[in-house]
Amino acid sequence: MEHDFIDKYSRTESFLSRLDPRIKMISLLLFIVCVVTTDPEAFHAFAVYGLLLAVLAGLSRIPIADLLKRMFTAVPFILMTAFFIPFMQGKTAVRAFDLGPVTLTVTREGLILFWNVLIKASLSLLCAVLMTATTRFPELLKALENLRCPRVLIMILSFMYRYIFVVLDEFMMMRRAKDSRSVGGGRWFHVKALAGMIGVLFIRSFERAESVYLAMCSRGFTGRIRTLREFRFAMRDAAFLMMVLASLAAARFLGGVHG
Amino acid sequence: MAEHVVEIRNLHCTYPDGTKALSGIDLDVIQGEALGIIGPNGAGKSTLLLHLNGILRSNRSVKVLGREVTEENLPLIRSKVGLVFQDPENQLFMPTVSDDVGFGPINLGLGKENVRDTVRRALEEVDMLHCLNRSPHHLSFGEKKRVAVATVLSMRPEILVLDEPSSNLDPGHRREIIALIRRLPLTKVIASHDLGLVAELCARIALMDGGRVVAIGETADILGNRPLLEDYCMLDHPH
Repeated sequence: MEHDFIDKYSRTESFLSRLDPRIKMISLLLFIVCVVTTDPEAFHAFAVYGLLLAVLAGLSRIPIADLLKRMFTAVPFILMTAFFIPFMQGKTAVRAFDLGPVTLTVTREGLILFWNVLIKASLSLLCAVLMTATTRFPELLKALENLRCPRVLIMILSFMYRYIFVVLDEFMMMRRAKDSRSVGGGRWFHVKALAGMIGVLFIRSFERAESVYLAMCSRGFTGRIRTLREFRFAMRDAAFLMMVLASLAAARFLGGVHG
Repeated sequence: MAEHVVEIRNLHCTYPDGTKALSGIDLDVIQGEALGIIGPNGAGKSTLLLHLNGILRSNRSVKVLGREVTEENLPLIRSKVGLVFQDPENQLFMPTVSDDVGFGPINLGLGKENVRDTVRRALEEVDMLHCLNRSPHHLSFGEKKRVAVATVLSMRPEILVLDEPSSNLDPGHRREIIALIRRLPLTKVIASHDLGLVAELCARIALMDGGRVVAIGETADILGNRPLLEDYCMLDHPH
């Protein structure tokens, strides 16, 4: 069965996909740090960040709608946590909602903070989406390893990437088998069947993990995964990093002037 | 006298849940031969294979290349005995094909250039060099089987152990994998239900049932003995 939600675009050739993944990773971190530490009312700065992302999205040759779709999968979580911020304590009330026993007051400070959380999270997310969509997952892992990310985390991610599709396949096959035999039956019956399937899936994955471990041992695994890393820092990587740095500096400068 | 690369004497194995998987196996593998292991489901074939490179160690009854299978001999034995598992999904666990084929050689401590070379050669041997940087989950089942063979070839083993090499393959890919196995100049131990494959590749066959070797001999003698095969569920058109 075909699943491509992780590397749908990883084989799209573009300027961004050819960059050294370490450079992309570092740029992403720089971008996030800059965005997060920008003054909430430095609107020009946010415009520059947005412009930079728009240029990068253009360079990535990935349909903008897909990038936004990926970003918006995470936005509900942000909204959930940010929803009550506008009603926080503040000096300047903007508007009050009378809900019988309680009165909710929207304050200017609250609104600014709300905007702050929303814009910063969205920009950071979009940048992360761009980075992951233009980098093949194995390369991403190697870049992380190269940048001294803890080994255990990389191993977990690497097995996740390798086996999530296998587990999904197993689940889909089980569900087909169930669907082809379940005629009628109440909703509760189906929920119970689903619970059973999840249990079976867990046990199968557990047993598969054991087989995989045996396969690793028979090829000399001693507790440490080692791979060949080969990244080459090219001219375009340096150029890209300079461009990112320049844009971030410009954004911070503009933010400083008007903030 | 031909050299025995594997000697098994009175091998017993009981799984932790109490299932007796092997009860007194005696078996020799002769250098350069291809030995087929056949037998009904649950006969203990896979368990026997797991003893050949020390994944399972029941008692001191297995000798590989003249060495007892002990903790200190394990690295050597595992590099000399290449075990290909039945399910390639379990055999291929790294994010890319090249990482996976390189996994063994890197663990053996080969240098960078050497590893890269070995990986290319192993993939060439199974005609999969074009998939070097693909992810295993993007390969077809037949391709996964071939890459799985490459992952142990890259360790330059002397003995190749294959568990059901043709299972779940369509006739065309089955032919390919048979041709591939035949090409490899190694000692081979092949466990399979596929009597056609065993007949084509192996000169000697051991028939297992209930954790024992119940018959062993030349391929023609074993496969020609229809009553024997019928007794052990190995024929699909019994008389």
